[in-house]
Amino acid sequence: MEKKAVRVAYGEALCKLGETNDKVVVLDADLAAATMTGGFKKQFPNRFYDCGIAEADMVDMAAGMSTMGLIPFCSTFAVFAGRSYDQIRNGVCYPKFNVKFGFSHAGITLGEDGGSHQAIEDIALMRVLPNMTVFVPSDANECYQCVEAAAKIDGPVFIRTSRLPSPVYDPQPFEVGKGVVLKEGKDGVLFTCGIMKEHAIEAVDILAGQGIDLSLVNFHTIKPFDEALAREFAAKYKKVFTLEEHSVIGGLGDTVASAIIGHGVESFHKIGILDVFGQSGKPADLLKEYGLTGPQIAENIKSHL
Amino acid sequence: MDIQTLKDQARQVRRDIITMTAKAGAGHPGGSLSCTDVLVALYFDVMNVDPKDEKNPNRDRFVLSKGHAAPALYGTLCERGYFGREEFDGFRQLHGILQGHPDVKKCPGVDASTGSLGQGISIAVGMALGAKHTGNPCHVYTIIGDGESQEGLVWEASMAAAHYKLDNLTVILDHNGMQIDGTNDEVMSLGDIKAKAVAFGYDVIEVEDGNDMQQVLDALHTPACPGKPRYILLNTLKGKGVSFMEGQVGWHGKAPNAEQAEQALKELEG
Repeated sequence: MEKKAVRVAYGEALCKLGETNDKVVVLDADLAAATMTGGFKKQFPNRFYDCGIAEADMVDMAAGMSTMGLIPFCSTFAVFAGRSYDQIRNGVCYPKFNVKFGFSHAGITLGEDGGSHQAIEDIALMRVLPNMTVFVPSDANECYQCVEAAAKIDGPVFIRTSRLPSPVYDPQPFEVGKGVVLKEGKDGVLFTCGIMKEHAIEAVDILAGQGIDLSLVNFHTIKPFDEALAREFAAKYKKVFTLEEHSVIGGLGDTVASAIIGHGVESFHKIGILDVFGQSGKPADLLKEYGLTGPQIAENIKSHL
Repeated sequence: MDIQTLKDQARQVRRDIITMTAKAGAGHPGGSLSCTDVLVALYFDVMNVDPKDEKNPNRDRFVLSKGHAAPALYGTLCERGYFGREEFDGFRQLHGILQGHPDVKKCPGVDASTGSLGQGISIAVGMALGAKHTGNPCHVYTIIGDGESQEGLVWEASMAAAHYKLDNLTVILDHNGMQIDGTNDEVMSLGDIKAKAVAFGYDVIEVEDGNDMQQVLDALHTPACPGKPRYILLNTLKGKGVSFMEGQVGWHGKAPNAEQAEQALKELEG
């Protein structure tokens, strides 16, 4: 299966968007080669603004530019969502300015740079902000859809992307705020987002081989969240699992939990980063260290059934 | 506009500041009174704005980066015709358009929501850059505080303003020398702020008395220096115009009581 990093798809999507929408401008904080906005910079040099290593300034500059009718996409590492949080909150979300954030290198699969750079809290930080839309694309095709949708939304949008190349699945119909049912099975349901989709699919396949038939649902939009779909599957299949490359505090798991509480669930179990920081290592080794490989996820789920 | 009319407007805005903060029992009169003259000069003599066409895309933009001086901005906007004086009753009150700090979604004539210090100047830089990008002829003005200049973001934004040669941007420093916990020098010295502004690439004009209308007008009307952002250093007096507030740190974020308001309004009579 073809593999492509979601950040690469983000860069490609910006170029495509730039061809059809001349209001789109791109800002980066000296990371164009990493966030993959470099392609846009090359194709549209007059619509690319480097802000230097000053993420907070980048966000507020984008806020100002948006008031001139432009649609700024800012990019940096997801870990700097924390560094520029006040600017995202008060400069962009509070006035509901039309600024997009394509923040890359999220999660532990960033790898060797280590825990200081591995964002495990960005979804939590972003989804608590009023007016914000939060996308966590699960593969390249979904990222193209998220970027296209972001440009059409009048207001702030956060797009979380990953460094690690991951499988590119066939594109699914896309609607903002709607979950995507990948499989229906009677023994429980696994909700996932982002590049954990690959590992969720593997886990569900392993369990199927052992006679355990799980449903699998992917959420590209964490906010607004598809509460109706989460409730429907939780009520129907009773045993609920969530999987994310993010802290189990404040991310997809808690989003699902608040949606389904009181809807007849028998058990609920969150799989993700267990309130610890990451560390240096190869992405595959890190996934194993934190229990996020397909076989480990399958084992984890089985122990809770 | 003739200078006496501008001075009268400034006196009226000062009265508005006292009325508003006294009624609300809260607000920041000291730093509002220090930047009143430049606000009046901007809105009545310098900026291309029209309250009857407040969303005109080519209008000049203003960002009150020191957002806590909102009473001065509200008074100025009211006198300029953006809304009626009855809105003063809702200053800092539930459902009021005059929030504790300027809110672009609620108050007519406000171009950016500010109050988190350092952000306004950065937003203004983005506006000026966006104006250049889109060929918009507008000029962007922002007032920053001296205490605010302790925020790193002020300097990040300044670096970007010079880098992108934003000669359509004017940054105005309301240098009254005081902040919540004391004088700038007691809290965190700014050092040679003028030299810093020059070093960051601004075309700097220092105004000896930033509360003197003629001096303020002269600075604001100085033609832009091509390729450089402008920085106007206004030496001002905190609490200007109200004898018991002048030069007093304690009036940074404290409202006058009824008796004090009465005395202040008396002092501000024409």
